[in-house]
Amino acid sequence: MSEATGRVKAGLKDLKKIFGGGQSDVRQFGILFSLIAIIVLFQYLTHGLTLSSGNLINLVSQYSYILILAIGMVMVIIAGHIDLSVGSVAAFAGIVVATSMDSWHFPWPLAILFGLVVGALIGAFQGWWVAYVGVPAFIVTLAGMLIWRGGNQVIGNANTVPVPHGFTIIGAGYLPEIGPNTGYNNLTLLLGLLVAVAVVVKELRARRVQEGMGSTTAPVWVSVLKVVLLDVVVIYATMSFAGGRTGTSFPVSGIILGVLVLCYSFVMRNTIFGRHIYAVGGNRLAAELSGVKSRRVDFLVIMNMSILAALAGMIFVARSVASGPQDGLSWELDAIAAVFIGGAAVSGGIGTVTGSIVGGLVMAVLNNGLQLMGVGSDRVQIIKGLVLLLAVGVDVWNKSQGRPSITGFLMRGGKSEKKTPDRATGDELPPSGSPDPEVPRPLVPAP
Amino acid sequence: MSTNHTILEMRSITKEFPGVKALSDVSILVRAGEIHAICGENGAGKSTLMNVLSGVYPAGSYTGDIIFQGDEVHFKDIRSSEAAGIVIIHQELALIPELSITENIFLGNEPTKRGAIDWVDAKKRALELLARVGLHDDPDTQIKHIGVGKQQLVEIAKALSKSVKLLILDEPTAALNEADSRHLLDLIRGLKGKGVSSIMISHKLNEIEQVADSITILRDGRAIETLKIKADGVNEDRIIRGMVGRSLASRFPDRTAHLGDVFFEVRDWTVQHPQASERMVVKNSSFTVRRGEIVGLAGLMGAGRTELAMSIFGRSYGNFISGQIFKDGEEIQVRNVTEAIDHGLAYVSEDRKALGLNLIDDIKRSIVSAKLSKISVGHVVNNVKEYEASEAFRKSLRIKTPSVDAGVRKLSGGNQQKVVLAKWMFTDPDLLILDEPTRGIDVGAKYEIYAIIQALAAQGKGVIMISSELPELLGLTDRIYTIFEGAITDCIPTDQADPESLMKSMTSAKKKVQGK
Repeated sequence: MSEATGRVKAGLKDLKKIFGGGQSDVRQFGILFSLIAIIVLFQYLTHGLTLSSGNLINLVSQYSYILILAIGMVMVIIAGHIDLSVGSVAAFAGIVVATSMDSWHFPWPLAILFGLVVGALIGAFQGWWVAYVGVPAFIVTLAGMLIWRGGNQVIGNANTVPVPHGFTIIGAGYLPEIGPNTGYNNLTLLLGLLVAVAVVVKELRARRVQEGMGSTTAPVWVSVLKVVLLDVVVIYATMSFAGGRTGTSFPVSGIILGVLVLCYSFVMRNTIFGRHIYAVGGNRLAAELSGVKSRRVDFLVIMNMSILAALAGMIFVARSVASGPQDGLSWELDAIAAVFIGGAAVSGGIGTVTGSIVGGLVMAVLNNGLQLMGVGSDRVQIIKGLVLLLAVGVDVWNKSQGRPSITGFLMRGGKSEKKTPDRATGDELPPSGSPDPEVPRPLVPAP
Repeated sequence: MSTNHTILEMRSITKEFPGVKALSDVSILVRAGEIHAICGENGAGKSTLMNVLSGVYPAGSYTGDIIFQGDEVHFKDIRSSEAAGIVIIHQELALIPELSITENIFLGNEPTKRGAIDWVDAKKRALELLARVGLHDDPDTQIKHIGVGKQQLVEIAKALSKSVKLLILDEPTAALNEADSRHLLDLIRGLKGKGVSSIMISHKLNEIEQVADSITILRDGRAIETLKIKADGVNEDRIIRGMVGRSLASRFPDRTAHLGDVFFEVRDWTVQHPQASERMVVKNSSFTVRRGEIVGLAGLMGAGRTELAMSIFGRSYGNFISGQIFKDGEEIQVRNVTEAIDHGLAYVSEDRKALGLNLIDDIKRSIVSAKLSKISVGHVVNNVKEYEASEAFRKSLRIKTPSVDAGVRKLSGGNQQKVVLAKWMFTDPDLLILDEPTRGIDVGAKYEIYAIIQALAAQGKGVIMISSELPELLGLTDRIYTIFEGAITDCIPTDQADPESLMKSMTSAKKKVQGK
């Protein structure tokens, strides 16, 4: 390898580190670039409309509930299941909550709590069938899809039920205007500042941890560039959200989403429970032989999904000021698509919360951009379907070629990965007594 | 023996896998109308040889010639060998449980009339075939409703439907009881008179002695000798000597054992097969382990070794019937894997890829996966501690990898096994049960694994080692239990054991022993 290509390779690797791409997340690195490419493309095609204040605010409040579903869905899919019932569960929770306020006069904070409890009960019901009876999640949630959709129409008499103004905050609310008139929304500015500082602090902490582990830290310029790039994005977004039409600012649903992403990323990355979900999805038998209670994991991820679906349903109801019989229709498909575009594996064990959010954003920007261009919803569906097929197809094809991704392929300078012979899977074991040229060294020093 | 002409000759077959010669210069000769047995330890090359013959390894992937019925043949897959009249019946039956006997017999070979399956004809022919193998069940019965013995007969009927000339049976009686075995062996002997020759791979030497006409012994991928059962006066002892005769020098690290007291004991352990409730897979087995001791568990495949080990490890196999476990003199309850780990038990499974590792995970996460609580505060995993712990194992066990962040899938078999060992060493066990810990691993890595096992024993842990390779048990252990058909048949101090006597106890229920 010449010195020049060596340096290019090292540079690429460092570049990858900017986006936190470890060995296992090469796919997400690729999908992040796809997102950026799509944003740039639509920014150009819509003559700057895509990144305008109004559209960004709209984008967040219009897709936050799908992204919330994607968080729960990626956990279900990592554990090796699927949940088709989320749209119906959302609709059911929505109508129950709306009815509780409309007919039973629940105050809205209590109604929200009530909605989450309803979601938990539905989830416990479905989780019980999956985990303890052993019915495949596909079947249980297919049944759930019918049950809760029908339940919604029974409770609401197939009509819409309005919700009071206070409740609409979680779906249609924005950060309020307080403090001096700066021409911007002050709370959004403050939030943006906090995020910008958090980016710097996180990077510093990450470097310290890496140094503590004695592993190779990225060069300082990589960290600086990463922080600068991210903060430029944060500042641009902050100014956009804060500088929109008066009365609008960063949506409350976006804040709920942000908090959930932070919490669930942490759970999946850093907690024992998160590890167990990956373990069960990656190799259930091996996980059980390592002491993982796989049934409990199954139960909890399915239950958690329904709680998040109920929350998404309530946010949607709040945004549309009423709960109706058609709420949440085909949401499950959007959520599942987001998860797979975001790099999860159909066979389970692989996927991340952030990847799914990025995958969901790809779908959202695509949807939104095409709408801005005046493309009809019929064609939008066709394009979304093709994008899903392409994204997963490219991944599957790359895997069959023995490379993790296109970017991974580029990293290795265009050479496909050399497959090591997989002896242990052969049906005949190599004879034990075959001569070995290598002289084995003792592991324990002789006394 | 009516004829003397040769039906099959395999000449100088050499088959190499990357890095290993599985077969080197093996020649065998099977005469028409004989039952030819092939014997050898696990890994001696028996299955490879049969896979070469049946086209699983296509012509060109090996060197040497195969002459079948006077013609040189080059099979490119199983279909082409079946077309020539060679049918292999594998140890794991290839029948579809949900289909009927008739449907299974003609699967892939259905009699048709004008493009549609002619079920009338199929059923008629199925009845004839079943009569030939002595099975009197309704051909419409689903396979799942008949026992393993009858399923074996259906396999043979299926082979007969393809006008078989040479039948290859891989461990045909491994899963059968005494009566079914006898019936099957009678059938094979009967077929011999009707022009069907057989090659039989079996570990049950008494059966070979009874039915085979000649026998080829393989060892380390070479054909050691071919014997005629009658003319050469072959008996079991003679076969065993051929199978195990090799030197054990310098394959094992030196070790001086420092044995402590008995600290682990299993009494009258009985376990039921998870599906077939009439079958006891482990029967009244008792054994003890001392601190610092490496105890061998010798048994042939299907003898119940793995089943015994896994059922002790938190009842992860079968249905527990009865038995007690004592540790340090007190009875302990081990009802699930978590309890087993908490009581200081560890089980390294026989099937590294299916049961031992999550192959899509990386090394550091795999190593800590069986005891995450050790590196966690509350429920939060400490990544720095995880790194430090796994890095320590990488160094001490010499796991060959650029970093513990690498995926386990990319490691070689030996290094994957080290990761599995590290994973269980991380749980600080008192007793490690190692099930075929050196399977599929090259010699150099084996030596390292042996050294790790000895180091564990030197730390005062108890080790139970299950292995199909007698030399390995003889070279490494302090004491060996033999197990046959789910029952422990003998317990021999290793310095008094020899391959012949072990093999004898592994192949017959000679005597019952208790504890020590």
